[in-house]
Amino acid sequence: MIKYFLIVNKQGQTRLSKYYEHVDINKHTLLETEVVKRCLSRSNEQCSFIEYKDFKLIHRQYAALFIVVGVDDTETEMAIYEFIHNSVEVLDEYFSRVSELDKMFNLDKVHIILDEMVCRIVETNRERILAPLLILYVRNQAW
Amino acid sequence: MSDIVEKTLTALPGLFLQNQPGGGPAAAKASFSSRLGSLVRGITALTSKHEEEKLIQQELSSLKATVSAPTTTLKMMKECMVRLIYCEMLGYDASFGYIHAIKLAQQGNLLEKRVGYLAVSLFLHESHELLLLLVNTVVKDLQSTNLVEVCMALTVVSQIFPREMIPAVLPLIEDKLQHSKEIIRRKAVLALYKFHLIAPNQVQHIHIKFRKALCDRDVGVMAASLHIYLRMIKENSSGYKDLTGSFVTILKQVVGGKLPVDFNYHSVPAPWLQIQLLRILGLLGKDDQRTSELMYDVLDESLRRAELNHNVTYAILFECVHTVYSIYPKSELLEKAAKCIGKFVLSPKINLKYLGLKALTYVIQQDPTLALQHQMTIIECLDHPDPIIKRETLELLYRITNAQNVTVIVQKMLEYLHQSKEEYVIVNLVGKIAELAEKYAPDNAWFIQTMNAVFSVGGDVMHPDIPNNFLRLLAEGFDDETEDQQLRLYAVQSYLTLLDMENVFYPQRFLQVMSWVLGEYSYLLDKETPAEVIAKLYKLLMNDSVSSETKTWLIAAVTKLTPQAHSSDTVERLIHEFTISLDTCMRQHAFELKHLHENVELMTSLLPVDRSCEDLAVDASLSFLDGFVAEGLSQGAAPYKPHHQRQEEKLSQEKVLNFEPYGLSFSSSGFTGRQSPAGISLGSDISGNSAETGLKETNSLKLEGIKKLWGKEGYLPKKESKTGDESGALPIPQESIMENVDQTITKKDQSQVLTQSKEEKEKQLLASSLFVGLGSESTVNLLGKADTVSHKFRRKSKIKEAKSGEASSTHNMTCSSFSSLSNVAYEDDYYLNTLHDRGDKELKTFSLNSELLDSESLTELPLVEKFSNCSLSTPSLFADNSMEIFHPPQSIAASVAKESSLASSFLEETTEYIHSNAMEVCNNETISVSSYKIWKDDCLLMVWSVTNKSGLELKSANLEIFPAENFKVTEQPGCCLPIMEAESTKSFQYSVQIEKPFTEGILSGFIRPLKISSEDFGKLWLSFANDVKQNVKMSESQAALPSALKTLQQKLRLHIIEIIGNEGLLACQLLPSIPCLLHCRVYADVLALWFRSSCSTLPDYLLYQCQKVIEGS
Repeated sequence: MIKYFLIVNKQGQTRLSKYYEHVDINKHTLLETEVVKRCLSRSNEQCSFIEYKDFKLIHRQYAALFIVVGVDDTETEMAIYEFIHNSVEVLDEYFSRVSELDKMFNLDKVHIILDEMVCRIVETNRERILAPLLILYVRNQAW
Repeated sequence: MSDIVEKTLTALPGLFLQNQPGGGPAAAKASFSSRLGSLVRGITALTSKHEEEKLIQQELSSLKATVSAPTTTLKMMKECMVRLIYCEMLGYDASFGYIHAIKLAQQGNLLEKRVGYLAVSLFLHESHELLLLLVNTVVKDLQSTNLVEVCMALTVVSQIFPREMIPAVLPLIEDKLQHSKEIIRRKAVLALYKFHLIAPNQVQHIHIKFRKALCDRDVGVMAASLHIYLRMIKENSSGYKDLTGSFVTILKQVVGGKLPVDFNYHSVPAPWLQIQLLRILGLLGKDDQRTSELMYDVLDESLRRAELNHNVTYAILFECVHTVYSIYPKSELLEKAAKCIGKFVLSPKINLKYLGLKALTYVIQQDPTLALQHQMTIIECLDHPDPIIKRETLELLYRITNAQNVTVIVQKMLEYLHQSKEEYVIVNLVGKIAELAEKYAPDNAWFIQTMNAVFSVGGDVMHPDIPNNFLRLLAEGFDDETEDQQLRLYAVQSYLTLLDMENVFYPQRFLQVMSWVLGEYSYLLDKETPAEVIAKLYKLLMNDSVSSETKTWLIAAVTKLTPQAHSSDTVERLIHEFTISLDTCMRQHAFELKHLHENVELMTSLLPVDRSCEDLAVDASLSFLDGFVAEGLSQGAAPYKPHHQRQEEKLSQEKVLNFEPYGLSFSSSGFTGRQSPAGISLGSDISGNSAETGLKETNSLKLEGIKKLWGKEGYLPKKESKTGDESGALPIPQESIMENVDQTITKKDQSQVLTQSKEEKEKQLLASSLFVGLGSESTVNLLGKADTVSHKFRRKSKIKEAKSGEASSTHNMTCSSFSSLSNVAYEDDYYLNTLHDRGDKELKTFSLNSELLDSESLTELPLVEKFSNCSLSTPSLFADNSMEIFHPPQSIAASVAKESSLASSFLEETTEYIHSNAMEVCNNETISVSSYKIWKDDCLLMVWSVTNKSGLELKSANLEIFPAENFKVTEQPGCCLPIMEAESTKSFQYSVQIEKPFTEGILSGFIRPLKISSEDFGKLWLSFANDVKQNVKMSESQAALPSALKTLQQKLRLHIIEIIGNEGLLACQLLPSIPCLLHCRVYADVLALWFRSSCSTLPDYLLYQCQKVIEGS
């Protein structure tokens, strides 16, 4: 089960957070800071999977951004690790080379894309992930 | 990396002037929403937390004004929502906007609606009250002709939806399963998956439609349905064996590249889909040879195909290995899988190494040889700079611990513990060390020292069971009394030494353990007198760093020691000191001590030496106070009301919103203005007239406000009110691996050690100490004495429990309608069906190593037959196997003898418990095996009767039972019978227990009546938060409540507490101790069931069972 999906930058600022199991809002910041601290303390020679409480954190770094996914022990770490990359590829395709700012200015779109992909790993086919969003925006411009 | 950020920051102003970087199809849009732009700019420019707070607070107040202004257009509202999402993301409460998000989802055009839905799914949670307002919108959108709207509605349903409103949308979503667009079908399946997660019994009827989804022509829909199947198969794999073929075919097609190319990921066909399928296959093939055989080919192909050098193929390989080791073993595949693990473990890539270790940990119990092969890598990983790798290695070592390597492994674990600061890791590891120490401790000194380390490191974060178990072990001891005394003495001595050290602070729990042990067992000392021990305890008592809870432990210890110390100044000083303490609890203890101290005779009789394990009779009803109560009442005192009653009254006066949907469940119509079950319960109180007066009052009070009380769960603090002294909560010792060790291991060749450097030698040394006991030589020695060594501290069975068990089992037995084996087997009996289920879950391997000694034609004929997976429905399984070698002379008289002896053993064992009829599992001319179940109070006892029908003596008959996941099987003593005499019957008893509480799958064997009074029912009812209600239509035969309840009692073993008019109270518990309460009410031919439990899934399960029973009969 995927518990949460976070995008944070190297300064530890959250750029996107999505919780798939309810976490009280007051605990969000604390959890995110903890998670970032842990990810930052890892070097490239260390493995990308971290234990945090009863979660496994799987993190992957893209330039100054970390994508961190918290899962329980029913998931295979490597599958999630690649799933992260898949999501980045999808974002790349939509924004043609995605950057931190893209994500910030288009928070809603990134969320909509993620909604198509996750609730478990539900969709990994790029075209299919983007189709609903494209329809929305094409229609909206025609309005 | 920070210079990249700096560059980005400096580039910012320019970027905003022109356009967005990237500039995808929608990026250009961002600039026009200037407010969002400025917010983002503000956030990027932040340098401190303080600034952030200022900025966001400003933003929030401006947003607050905007969203509530009537002039705000929907377009602006959409932008506001995104800004609100930002604020919440940074951790600031934006709850004022929630209602506007719902409104936006309701009113907006497509894009606005989507953002509205998005905001709702981010802001609200499953049980948020505002979520109910969304239901109408969802229903409307589901009926929309615009596909995009339908899509959105389905997306939001699959993310977040109130459980009680499922019936409102369920039919609409079911319709969507037939929709022509793949995306709609796919999302409908996901929505149903969500429903299955939160309320499985509501979607039970659409299982057939899931099958359709599985066969959908579109890959996406099929893949989505796999989520549901994975879950359902996890709960009950036996129900879906028939689908194995389909899953295999699908996997074959995926692996063979038959999917459209756009499902490929880095030219690997649909990797996540493959992983999902492999998981399902692993569950299906577990302990099931026939099913496993179907998948060998495709697994082989998966292993072969996934040779591409890419991370995602490694993920597939890992899953494949996992599956290969989960299902019924095939040596060829195991070999390949082992090779794969080797590749992982030896890989220089750290992530792969991690995967390798994880895989090793999983397979190590089945195949310890692998650990030997990779021992050097494991040793290296133990000193790996990455703590995660180390941690995983320890996990691996934990699995291969045995009596010989326990000291080394525990030492490694303690080393790791000393470095780790993380609470979760500490709790976890400390638990493991304690478990290993208890199981494999080589001697007393080591055990006590290890536990000392556990207590000092684990301190106050560890699981409270650890000190409790430890103390219990000391107190109850094991079989050898002198050994017990030595252990206790050693503990006392070691604690005294620890207390002598200056300036060392021990965790409170450790001090509590020490004070208890010192209080109980100081008498064993010959050097120190009790007075000296008291002096040490006194010193601790005066220490400020000791918590008041610990102080009460300390003072209790002093109290116990006082009678042995005769006269002690310290005690008097202590009394003097603490009778004026500000802490009431301490003062109370001090006064008790004072009074006892004045009456030495009473004191010695009250506090005998070493009697901690004896039972005390306690008058729980405090009946000796009745006179006092009556006197008080006659003088006009108010009658006593129990806590929950007072709380109820208080609550009934408060106004609470009604959250129950009208007309959907019976609760609104059936329970309006009615008494609560708790109210009824007060009618039968045990003592005193006080409660009777209380009853009248509550009844009259309750008639007005009671509905509010039943409105919504969660306003009462959720208490875990399980009583008892947690007899069921002991960590269950794992079976020693040695028992499974394959004997074909060749031990590592020692000769190659000679020519190695010193460091290498050290490692080798470590390796040999770690992996000792895994090789074949040692195994052979060990097998003989495994029992005595590995369970040094095995607990005595508690006499007390047994007693209470006898007392409480007052079932009327309709014992032994035992005419002949053949016709009892398949009656349409529910019990038998459940037995059947259980039988399926447990793989039963009857390996009969029979040696015919007195056979005249052959010298010695060792035969090994394996009857695996003896499905109960095919009693003729024997015939399938290689039985033609085995032709003993047939004896007809045997069967008669067998029957009578079986019946007699049946009787003597089971008269006090309910049991099932015996049924034959399998049989041939030599041997027949039958089994029956006994529902004991603390476990499910399976009795297997093996009858030797032949006239010859059978040697080394061996009955092996393997438990399914989550279950634990323990052999009852005296079951090992190496020799079976001719024409005799032997019974083997195995008790099945739930290893850890879970509520999936087949539990009916573990439901026990919970015998409580109506009053306790009332109390428990209020303390449980999880409830489920449903109306069930009763068949005519049992339209009266008592008969319906009787059916439930008989078939599900619920306990009927009371029947009052047309309502009934029932209770049961899931072993070891999860209670569940049921309140039934009958009107016309409908039975309204209302379950509550402390466990969230148990009510669902029971409801389903009740439904089956009531509707079925």
